[in-house]
Amino acid sequence: MIELENVGYNYGGGELLSQVSVKLAPGSFHFLTGPSGSGKTTLMKLCYGALSPTSGRVRAMNMDVQGLDRDQMAHLRRRVGVVHQDCRFLDHLPVIENIALPLIVAGKDLSQEEANLRELLNWVGLSQRADAMPPELSGGERQRAALARSVILSPDVIIADEPTGNVDWEMSQRLLQLLVELNRMGKTILVATHDMALIRAAKKQVQARVLRISSKQLQQAGADL
Amino acid sequence: MSEGRLRKLIVGDAQADRVVPPSGFTAQLTLFVSGAMAFLAVFALALSLASGRLANRWADELARAATLRINAPAEQRVAQTEAALTILQQTPGVASARALSTEEQIALLAPWFGSALPIDSLPVPQLIEVIEGDPGYDGTGLRLRLQAEVPGAVLDDHTRWRAPLVDAANALRRLGAVSILLIAGATAAMITLAANAALAANAQVIEVLRLVGALDSYIAHAFIRRFTLRALGGSAVGVALGMAGVWLMPAASNEGGFLTGLGFQGWAWLLPLLIPVLGALVAFVATSRAAKKRLGDLT
Repeated sequence: MIELENVGYNYGGGELLSQVSVKLAPGSFHFLTGPSGSGKTTLMKLCYGALSPTSGRVRAMNMDVQGLDRDQMAHLRRRVGVVHQDCRFLDHLPVIENIALPLIVAGKDLSQEEANLRELLNWVGLSQRADAMPPELSGGERQRAALARSVILSPDVIIADEPTGNVDWEMSQRLLQLLVELNRMGKTILVATHDMALIRAAKKQVQARVLRISSKQLQQAGADL
Repeated sequence: MSEGRLRKLIVGDAQADRVVPPSGFTAQLTLFVSGAMAFLAVFALALSLASGRLANRWADELARAATLRINAPAEQRVAQTEAALTILQQTPGVASARALSTEEQIALLAPWFGSALPIDSLPVPQLIEVIEGDPGYDGTGLRLRLQAEVPGAVLDDHTRWRAPLVDAANALRRLGAVSILLIAGATAAMITLAANAALAANAQVIEVLRLVGALDSYIAHAFIRRFTLRALGGSAVGVALGMAGVWLMPAASNEGGFLTGLGFQGWAWLLPLLIPVLGALVAFVATSRAAKKRLGDLT
C-alpha cells in the first residue's frame, strides 16, 4: 500500500528523519510511536504526500509520490483517509457536510449517498450532532467526525495522527474500536500515538505492529510492550 | 473551455458554492467597482465614437471642397468669374466648379448681417465652390495659373483650419480609446486584488479542501465563478445607468455642435452591451490567474 524506502527528511535545520524504510502491507495495523517532536506527524505527512522527502523514495498505491502532479496528488488523497491531529474542519458548514466534504469535492451526488452518510454517522455515534457546527463539538466528537470524514470515500488506507490526543480513556477506547473494525474490514491502518495503554488494548483485539521513531530512525518495537 | 464547464460556470453547483464561505463585503466592493468602471466605460466609448464621427465628417466634407474668392472691382467681377470658371473646368482633378448665386451668398451672410442685406450695393466678393475629384488637383499649379490670369482670385482649400480640427477630433478619439483600455486595466487590477484578498482570507478553507482531495480546478472554480458573476452583474448595472445617461443627453443638433453629438447612433447603441461581457471576461482571467498563483504555493 505505502512504502518508504531510505526516506530522509530535513526541515532546513538538520535532519529530522533519516534512512527510514517501512512497508505498510494491505490489511496491516501499525502504530507509530515516539517522543513528541520525534517526527511522527512528519512521517505521516510523507505517507500521504503533504511533504516531499529530501532523500529516498515514497511509493503509495504503486505510484511514486514525488512524481505526481497536483491533480494526481488530489486523487491519491481520495484513496488515503487521513485523520489530522487538529481535525481540520470547515467551520462554516455543519458536521454532516464536513463529513461529506470528500464526496462534495469529488463531485459526487450527495442525494445518492444519503443512506451511506446516515449509516456512517450512526456508526461513529454522531447522528444527533449532524447539524451542529464543528466549533460546538467536544474533543471526542471532533475526532469521531474526522474519522468518519476520512473513511467516507472508503479508502484502502487510513492514517490517523494522535486521534486520542485530547480525549478521555473511554472515548479513546471507542475510537480504537472503530479503527479495529475498519481493519477487520480489510483497511490498512496507521495510527500515531504515544499512549501505550491504547497500544496494549489494541493488541488484544488485532495483530498490530508497533513502529518507534528514535534518534531519527524508525525501529520495529518488540512484539511485547 | 468545454461546454460543460461553461454551463457549470453560469449555472453553478450549489454544493460547491457552499464550500467557500460567503464574503459579504468584498462581494459588494467588486460589484461596486465593476459597476462604476462600466459606467465610465460607456462615456469613454461615447466620447470616442462621437469624436470619431466628427473627425470623419470634417475630413470628408471639407477635404473635397474648396472656395475660390474673386475680389475684383464690380465691373470686372463677372469677367473674372467667367475666366476663373474656365480655368477650373480645364484643371484636371476638379470635379465641378460653380459660382454661387446672389441668393446663396445672401444666405451665407445672413447669420452675420441679417437677411435684409442689400448685397447688390456692397462690394461682396464672388464665391466659386470647387468640388475636388479623385485624384485631386494640384493646388500650387492652380494658384499660379489663377494668379496670372485672374488677379483677383484667392483659392482657399480649407486645409489651414481643417487640419487642426481633424487632429483635435482624432486626438479625442484616441483619448477615449486609451481611457477604455485604462478602465479595463484598472478593473483587472481591482478584481485581482479582491480575488487575492478572498483567497488569502480563505487560505484555511483551501488547505482543508486540498487535504480532502479537491482538485485545484475545483477550488479555483468556486472563486472564479463568484468574481465573474459579480463583475458581470455590476457592469451590467453600470452600463444600463451609463446608457440611460447618454440617452438623456439632448439630441445632436447643428446649433449644439460637438457637445450634443456626444452619444451613440444606430448600431453603435449595441456596442456598450459588450462592456459587461468584457468585464466578466476580465474578471474571469484576473481571478483565474490569482487562483492559479495562490494554489501553486500550496502542497
